[in-house]
Amino acid sequence: MKFIVAIFLHAFLAFAVGLYSQFPWWLFVATSGIVAFFIMDSPAKSFFAGFLGVGALWAGLATGKDLANAHLLSSKVAQILPLGGSYITLIIVTGFVGGLLGGFAALTGAYMRRSTK
Amino acid sequence: MVFNYKNLYYLKKNLNFSAQSFVMRIVPFIVSAALTTGLVAVLNTPLSVGKTKTPRLGYFLSPQQGFWQNAEPENKSFDANIVVDGLQDKVEVLMDERLVPHIYANNDNDAYYTQGFLHAKFRLWQMEFQTYVAAGRLSEIVGPDRIATDRFFRRLGMLEGAEATMKKMANNPALQAAVTSYANGVNAYIKSLQPSQIPFEYKLLDYKPEAWTPIKTYLFLMFMSYDLTGRGTTTDLQMTNSKNYFGYEDFNKLYTNVQDSLDPIIPKGTVYEKASVTALAPTSLDSLYFAKTSSVAPNAPEAPNKHNGSNNWAIAGTKTKSGKPILASDPHLGLNLPSLWYEVQITTPTHSTYGASFPGSPAVIIGFNDSIAWGVTNAGRDVLDYYDIKFKDTTMEEYWFNGAWQKSVIKEERIKIKGQPDSIDRVAITALGPVMYDKSYNANGSDGKYLAVRWTAQDGSSGLQTFYELNRAKNFDDYLSAIHHWTCPGQNFAFASVSGDIAIKQQGAFVARWNRQGDFIMPGQDSSYLWQGMIPSSENPMMKNPERGFVSSANQMSTDSTYPYYLGAANAFPLYRGIIINKKLNAMFGVTPLDVQALQTNNDNIFAEMARPAIFKFLNESSLNADEKKYVEYLRNWNLRNDINEKGASVFRAIWDSLEVAVWSDEFKNANLPLQWPDESTLLEQMLKDSVILFEDNITTPNVRETMVDAVTAAIKKATPHLAQMEKDGTLAWGAYKDTRVSHLLKIPSLSRLHLPIGGGVHIINATTGTHGPSWRMVVHLVNGIEAYGVYPGGQNGNPGSKYYDSFIDSWAAGKYYRLLFLSKEAAKQNSQFKWRLTFTNS
Repeated sequence: MKFIVAIFLHAFLAFAVGLYSQFPWWLFVATSGIVAFFIMDSPAKSFFAGFLGVGALWAGLATGKDLANAHLLSSKVAQILPLGGSYITLIIVTGFVGGLLGGFAALTGAYMRRSTK
Repeated sequence: MVFNYKNLYYLKKNLNFSAQSFVMRIVPFIVSAALTTGLVAVLNTPLSVGKTKTPRLGYFLSPQQGFWQNAEPENKSFDANIVVDGLQDKVEVLMDERLVPHIYANNDNDAYYTQGFLHAKFRLWQMEFQTYVAAGRLSEIVGPDRIATDRFFRRLGMLEGAEATMKKMANNPALQAAVTSYANGVNAYIKSLQPSQIPFEYKLLDYKPEAWTPIKTYLFLMFMSYDLTGRGTTTDLQMTNSKNYFGYEDFNKLYTNVQDSLDPIIPKGTVYEKASVTALAPTSLDSLYFAKTSSVAPNAPEAPNKHNGSNNWAIAGTKTKSGKPILASDPHLGLNLPSLWYEVQITTPTHSTYGASFPGSPAVIIGFNDSIAWGVTNAGRDVLDYYDIKFKDTTMEEYWFNGAWQKSVIKEERIKIKGQPDSIDRVAITALGPVMYDKSYNANGSDGKYLAVRWTAQDGSSGLQTFYELNRAKNFDDYLSAIHHWTCPGQNFAFASVSGDIAIKQQGAFVARWNRQGDFIMPGQDSSYLWQGMIPSSENPMMKNPERGFVSSANQMSTDSTYPYYLGAANAFPLYRGIIINKKLNAMFGVTPLDVQALQTNNDNIFAEMARPAIFKFLNESSLNADEKKYVEYLRNWNLRNDINEKGASVFRAIWDSLEVAVWSDEFKNANLPLQWPDESTLLEQMLKDSVILFEDNITTPNVRETMVDAVTAAIKKATPHLAQMEKDGTLAWGAYKDTRVSHLLKIPSLSRLHLPIGGGVHIINATTGTHGPSWRMVVHLVNGIEAYGVYPGGQNGNPGSKYYDSFIDSWAAGKYYRLLFLSKEAAKQNSQFKWRLTFTNS
């Protein structure tokens, strides 16, 4: 249960701070750290909650944009980056990058909590 | 307290334990915090991959801030109520299904404000990028690779020209207000822009839009002047080299100013009045100018495309089916995405106009209103010269002029470079222009010379006034007074009116030159080689309502040699499009807009029509093998059209190119200098005459005297293996051989449209080459209410994530046109092709 709540909070708070594009894009690192700090769980579980929460958010938002856009832009970007023009790969990479940062941020939050015990 | 060893032991143990466990707890925290920070840093930094840099990957991929935000929904509604500062009244914009805005404003300044806002909304990155290039600021956004380009544009005096234009505008409050309102509109959009909504390319290159200012509009117009007259920066040097290498006598044959087949804009036999300005050639001409001097070899980092040109014509009612004139205009420029052009209708109480506008500038540039239509082609006249300056020393502070040392002005240009410290470029400015080449810029190539560049565009121009007035012109007199303001780049303005007039005038600030003045680098030590005056506008070539029932231009020489002024070196004037346009127009009667569209997209190759018999005249088929004979047959059976499926067109092009190589390359390759090859017409016209052909002998075979027959045989033998290979690869059809593409301004393939199925080519009315061609095709039938058609190779939305990014390209390639909707607000609201409504109100 705690794990599910954490995933949800990671995603929700990352989304909320992401709405303000005046702030740096990585501000969710702070929110994910805070989530993991307060929702005590093992470091591994905290990492995965952060990974899944932010990763799913990024991949999900990207998928939404991409479907409405009929893969027009993603197919072009996936040649620039270069990912063989595959929009699916680009969405996966997007989710992975967001997830990785969310995961490490959560791990840091979890260890921070442990260091203050 | 009684001392207890046991307690002490436990205390010590506990202390140890807690210290140890604290360290054990803090270390993972520190490690993971460091990893997280490092990861953020890496994902927030552009990384080097080969020579290029990635965007900041985390930012770029972030779905709430990065490129995903630019993925425009397919079914996006462009309806909006926009609240801004600085409007006088409410403005209504109706967008048609092609995303063309029709601006209905209650006053002119509000209309230009809205045009600025819409240009920015759909083309912000491009309009800013172009002005960065023009201002010599490209290094700021792309890094150190383009410093040479930035120095080139700064030394050319682009910014000085834009500033001079701005000063001239002060005399013209109405136009100044238009440019200011336009800038305010652009800035209103930039201000309203959320960081997540900035255009895609900013995210890719990682920078942000800056505020727009009127000077940027003038910089953009300077760039167009450069694009259309700047070839002189390269050709004057190459021509100097050719003259030095071959000697003036041979030079004059190779780069002849005689074009036998010329059909000028103003027909041969027209009588001109005596020149009112006489340019006297200096007495030192033979010793200082035509004589061999030392050569130079600077490679300009930029050179406008040789084929920047255009077609336009106007057909009188006597030749049309309706009895009303029809005007056609198609400017040939580099084919880019986002397109140079943006369609717009502007309707205010003072005027109503429609056409192609430049993102970066207010008003319509090529278009029509309810009374007249106009179109432009490049005049090709030489308005840029180099002077060889003698400086006292390398500080360039004093130069020798008219028998005394004169002080130059030293300008320090600070060039910002992305990821590097600023670079300072020291430029000397003389009375003969800013010094382009010196010890610090292209020192190896310029042979120790200091070359100052003098260009009419450096003086600024009130050219925008021309378009401002054309947008409002009612008749021929308005047209003439509008184009009177035009100075640079020289243009041929075609005109037609609902009242039945047609006209064409070559307009610009043209130097009154003595023969060959400025074709080569000129001595710059006294005033004898300076420009002696400008040709009065009233003496520029002009024609109104001619007997033959049409006017036309296609960048050819505007007049025959009886015109009392020197037009410039003939190799600046393409010959063949003008011949075929006039030939076709002469033969057309009962013309409809559809006929004119067919003419604009016509692929007949008049050059090949003249060159094929010349090739066969010198062909000795007995010396060819079976394969070679096969391609000769392809050439023989070709229908002389450069349609996409014609193999004969590719065979002709390959054989002709090989022939040029066979004739010229032996003489040219020893020069080791940048030289321009003679025009194709030079060789063809010699082949058509029965005269001795210059350089037909291959000088690398001293014991054999080759003739044109040998050259033609060699050309066919050389071309055959290439042709056979292409036929094997399935790329021999003309469309594949030519391989037309419309490239993104950053040359990124996936943002470009490649391998387009379109015919045409050099010397052809449909002047589409690999990267260059008709950038806006317009046909206007001047009936009451106007019937107009147009298309350009791009789309209204500059965002690569929009389906409107390249939505016209397929139609353009197929030679199809859109009916342009030129309607009153009331009619537009009833029309089902209008999809969206934007309102602009003051806050």
